[in-house]
Amino acid sequence: MILDHLYLIPLLPFLATAFTAFLKRPQRSLSSGTVILAMSVSCVLAQWALWTTITQAHHGEVFRHATSFEWLRTGTQALQLGLVLDPLSASMVSMVTFVGLLIFIYSTGYMHEDKNYTRFFCFLSLFGGSMLGLVLSNSLVLMFIFWELVGVCSYALIGFWYHKPSAAEAAKKAFITTRIGDVGFFIGLLYLYAKSGNLMLFDSTAGLGVLDQANLAKLEQMTVTLPLFGVAAVSTVIALLLFCGAMGKSAQFPLHVWLPDAMEGPTSVSALIHAATMVAAGVFMIARMFPIFALGTRHGEMSTAMTVVASIGSFTALFAALIAVAQNDIKRVLAYSTISQLGYMVTGLGLGSVASGFFHLITHAFFKALLFLGSGSVIHGCHGEQDMLKMGGLRKTMPTTAWTYFVGTLALAGIFPLSGFWSKDEILLYAYHQNKAIYFIGSAGAFLTAFYMCRQIVLVFFGKQRSHDFHAHESPGSMLWPLRILAFFAITLGIVGCPYYRGNLFHHFISPEHHGLEPSMTVMLSSTVIALSGLILGFLVYGRSKAVEKGTDPLRNTLGLLHIILENKFYFDELYRNTALRAANFLASFFRAFDQLIIDGILHTVGFIALTLSTFNQWCDNFFINGGFDRSCSGILRGGETMSALQTGRIQDYLRFTALGTVFFYLAYMITLILQP
Amino acid sequence: MILSSTIFIPLGAATLVMLMKPQWRREIKIISAMSGVLCLVISAYLCLTYDTAKGGLQFVEMRPWIPTLGASYYLGVDGMNLSLVLLTAFIMLTGVFIAWNIDDRTKEFFALFLILVSGVFGVFVSMDLFLLFIFYELAVLPMYLLIGYWGSTRKEYGAMKLTLYLLAGSALLFFGMLALYFKANIWSFNLTELAKISYPESFQKWVFPFIFVGFAVLGGLWPLHTWSPVGHVAAPTSVSMLHAGVLMKLGAYGCLRVAILTFPQGAQFWAPYIAALTAVNIVYGSMVAMVQTDTKYVIGYSSVSHMGFVILGLCTLNEAGISGAVLQMFSHGIMTGLFFAVVGRFIYDRTHTRELKDLGGLRKPLPWANVAFIIAGLASMGLPGLSGFIAELHILIGVWERFPLIAALCGIAIVITAAYILRVIHRTFYGELNPKFASLPPETIQEKVSVAILCAVLIVVGIYPVVLLDTIHSAVDPTVKLLHHVQPAVPLEQITPPTTSVQAVTGAVATVTV
Repeated sequence: MILDHLYLIPLLPFLATAFTAFLKRPQRSLSSGTVILAMSVSCVLAQWALWTTITQAHHGEVFRHATSFEWLRTGTQALQLGLVLDPLSASMVSMVTFVGLLIFIYSTGYMHEDKNYTRFFCFLSLFGGSMLGLVLSNSLVLMFIFWELVGVCSYALIGFWYHKPSAAEAAKKAFITTRIGDVGFFIGLLYLYAKSGNLMLFDSTAGLGVLDQANLAKLEQMTVTLPLFGVAAVSTVIALLLFCGAMGKSAQFPLHVWLPDAMEGPTSVSALIHAATMVAAGVFMIARMFPIFALGTRHGEMSTAMTVVASIGSFTALFAALIAVAQNDIKRVLAYSTISQLGYMVTGLGLGSVASGFFHLITHAFFKALLFLGSGSVIHGCHGEQDMLKMGGLRKTMPTTAWTYFVGTLALAGIFPLSGFWSKDEILLYAYHQNKAIYFIGSAGAFLTAFYMCRQIVLVFFGKQRSHDFHAHESPGSMLWPLRILAFFAITLGIVGCPYYRGNLFHHFISPEHHGLEPSMTVMLSSTVIALSGLILGFLVYGRSKAVEKGTDPLRNTLGLLHIILENKFYFDELYRNTALRAANFLASFFRAFDQLIIDGILHTVGFIALTLSTFNQWCDNFFINGGFDRSCSGILRGGETMSALQTGRIQDYLRFTALGTVFFYLAYMITLILQP
Repeated sequence: MILSSTIFIPLGAATLVMLMKPQWRREIKIISAMSGVLCLVISAYLCLTYDTAKGGLQFVEMRPWIPTLGASYYLGVDGMNLSLVLLTAFIMLTGVFIAWNIDDRTKEFFALFLILVSGVFGVFVSMDLFLLFIFYELAVLPMYLLIGYWGSTRKEYGAMKLTLYLLAGSALLFFGMLALYFKANIWSFNLTELAKISYPESFQKWVFPFIFVGFAVLGGLWPLHTWSPVGHVAAPTSVSMLHAGVLMKLGAYGCLRVAILTFPQGAQFWAPYIAALTAVNIVYGSMVAMVQTDTKYVIGYSSVSHMGFVILGLCTLNEAGISGAVLQMFSHGIMTGLFFAVVGRFIYDRTHTRELKDLGGLRKPLPWANVAFIIAGLASMGLPGLSGFIAELHILIGVWERFPLIAALCGIAIVITAAYILRVIHRTFYGELNPKFASLPPETIQEKVSVAILCAVLIVVGIYPVVLLDTIHSAVDPTVKLLHHVQPAVPLEQITPPTTSVQAVTGAVATVTV
């Protein structure tokens, strides 16, 4: 039943968008009501779809329902569109609709005073719908279409307060940075199309899909000679090109720079971007296309693509956690924490465990949405203040926000038995078995995560309020209930991925054909110790610090230069501004000058030569032809005048000439006679 | 008869306009708009009744014209020009609406505008090379007067530059045309007949560039492109729309219809070199657009970049590439028309400036302009859901088969396009409103109608591309099969290109196999 009407899940939010687009500004509750209604119906359908997927699965096999229809013919090949429901997409839509719905409800409170409330909900719905379409796509081209739509929505929403120059700038930055990755995705898509002949993911009838066995086997055989790199497997090249797209969307190093700036949007948008949509898209895409990444894996050796993915992921996890330590803006800390957690997910996928990376995506969506909405509640309560050094002591004035925030923090830090513990631990478990270096990097990141989250908690909720510019107050119920619900899931969701409860249900659901690793007490204990020590250290540094009371960070003095570097995010913005952007501008100016000076220069030179030549011709005309003609005319005239002098009119003169003529002709006759032989 | 009517309705309207009194401004505009509506209805009728299953030339008209030369009045449409006829009709109608505020010598403006449109229709439906050439010249000449009199920034220079360039192109073309005529020796300019003959390969190789480049000048091929931004900037708004939207397509269409279809082997030989030039078009054009300060120049250079995509698609000589190129012609025509309408009419006519530094915050006073510009911008970036994506997807699929390196290079342009479009949107519509522009005149109904039509076309084709692609494929697919039917006797790699420096670049491009 639901299988035939899968399209309704993304369609309903789209319809809501279309409807709200025509509403006028004052029709506020109608717009938010429509959008929330559409999303809640989608949410019910999504849970139904998930339930269907769970119940209809046969033991040890992936349940998959794929549809496709021909969309466009491009020459001899054709592009298909379609939808697919399998454990991956089912659990994703279930999460996206649910978390999305809560964020929508929260937004009614958060955006209450904004005058463009109607337009905000219109975009919000479009954002949600695009993400759902992306998740359910059974075709890489459809996925790309929704992928780009997600990008456009994020642009519109990050720049929602477009009158703020920083917001407009952030929106542009987000769009262009992710677009750089998208180019890689697009080229990868073209390449895959050229090699596979279509872009369907799964083909339920003929098995022609890109991810079907026949095509994977075909791809595995192909190699290509690249300039500089030598011979490489085609699958590696395609996988890495696709990964470029994921790096952009999921903010992996070195395309991570847009995500922290995306905080300029309203907080509920940040929550949506960081939890349910946008950044999740990249990780989801890797999980979806994982069979291509995994091609070339032999005897437990990771394929080249997987090695690259895991390395970038783990590097990002640590790198972003380091930056998060030195940020003072409440949302920026969370932003870097998202980058870092995305790094863990990507690492998990790169290590070959789709289930663990993906599980972290799901749990993270819940607790990160919780934290973001919590921070939104804090900002709302503090009348727009975002600097943590000015807050403090808010647990008394905002009790519900405070306790839900603690839950989110503990989940993010990976404290037993909250959801974050189980999901992060499984990634670390894989790293422990496959690559010790990644394991240590991951653990270091986990330590820092606990540390900066504790720092945030202490600075925001403990101590005394340091700035007296605002009177903090608790937020309305529409904002608090989503927090409570999310907190519930942040605590309990780990159960489905817990290896001790019916042997990791989630893993069996996502990839039943693989057996997960045996849980390791060593890993669990050490990560618990690491997380706890991070929390304790955070508390020791910030809990009783005199510096904090004065509104400065105690670490600033201790770490010195390092802290300044971290505060400035390793100067990546400056680096890009001074290299890539400057080079592009220079080249563009050079081309413009080339156009004006060289091409038009040649043109003008040719024009000038032609003009000079014409002037010369004109002179020739005047001097030789006209002048010559005129002169010959006047010569003739003068000749005539001379001749006319002979016309005297006297008979004597004429007789004289006649006589002379006769003599002349007589002499001439004589001469010819003499000369004749 | 029906194809002739597309030529003679604008011409008739122009005659009618010329007979009217100069002060009847309103009536003149209404007559022009009515002829536009008629043309649009006829073009839509053509598209709807064209039998895609049968394919080939339809609605054919054939009459002897100058029998001593072998020139005939031969009209017909197939999937390659049908969408362009439709495009011309759309731009004509919206162009008339956009020109609604022209009150200086209204009569002359509309008469010339309609003659120009008539010439454009003539080129698109002619299947006789001689007739095509006559219409081509008919289209170029009114342009000079329109820009020279009603234009803005450096109008005399722009008009002169444009006309001279295009005439230089037609000189090349004329030469190539005569060479073809005498070589074929069938005493006819009939394009279908001429295309059936297989010319010797050496002949094809040297004549092809004359005809191709002759047309490609009008298509804005690098380095013969500098007339185009200057001309677009100088032209009055509706003429810019027609010019960038339709006239540049005349060039690309000629490249396909005359040069490639008649000389397939010549095309095979020259394709990699031309493809290399178009890669320059695409990247160079977009980069120059990024540093312009005049909004119209940004759009002008974006046209250079996008026309590069069109010609690149043609160079692939495969189904995906060529059908993408035809679709891109349509899509870019509509999109650029929309851009110029917004920048020229909505913004420049109100604020009297196009400098990015003076603009800003126009989102509030000009909401329609804002939405229209964003839609055109998204189409220009190749965002899915708008026609540009479908066209570029096709072209790049085609290009990937033949020149993967160029396809990768185009990726740079995709990012830069996003950068310059967003730059214009931000500097023009966002930010603080310049207090000088606090009380701009409101948007008129004609303006709104014209941008609404163009936006709707972009969206409809973007969401349901089959509406055009079916007809395009019905012509392109069989033609491409014919093109490849006569493979060059020597494989492409073994042909020694004429110069070594070009060889280094294009050879690498052509032979990289993935």
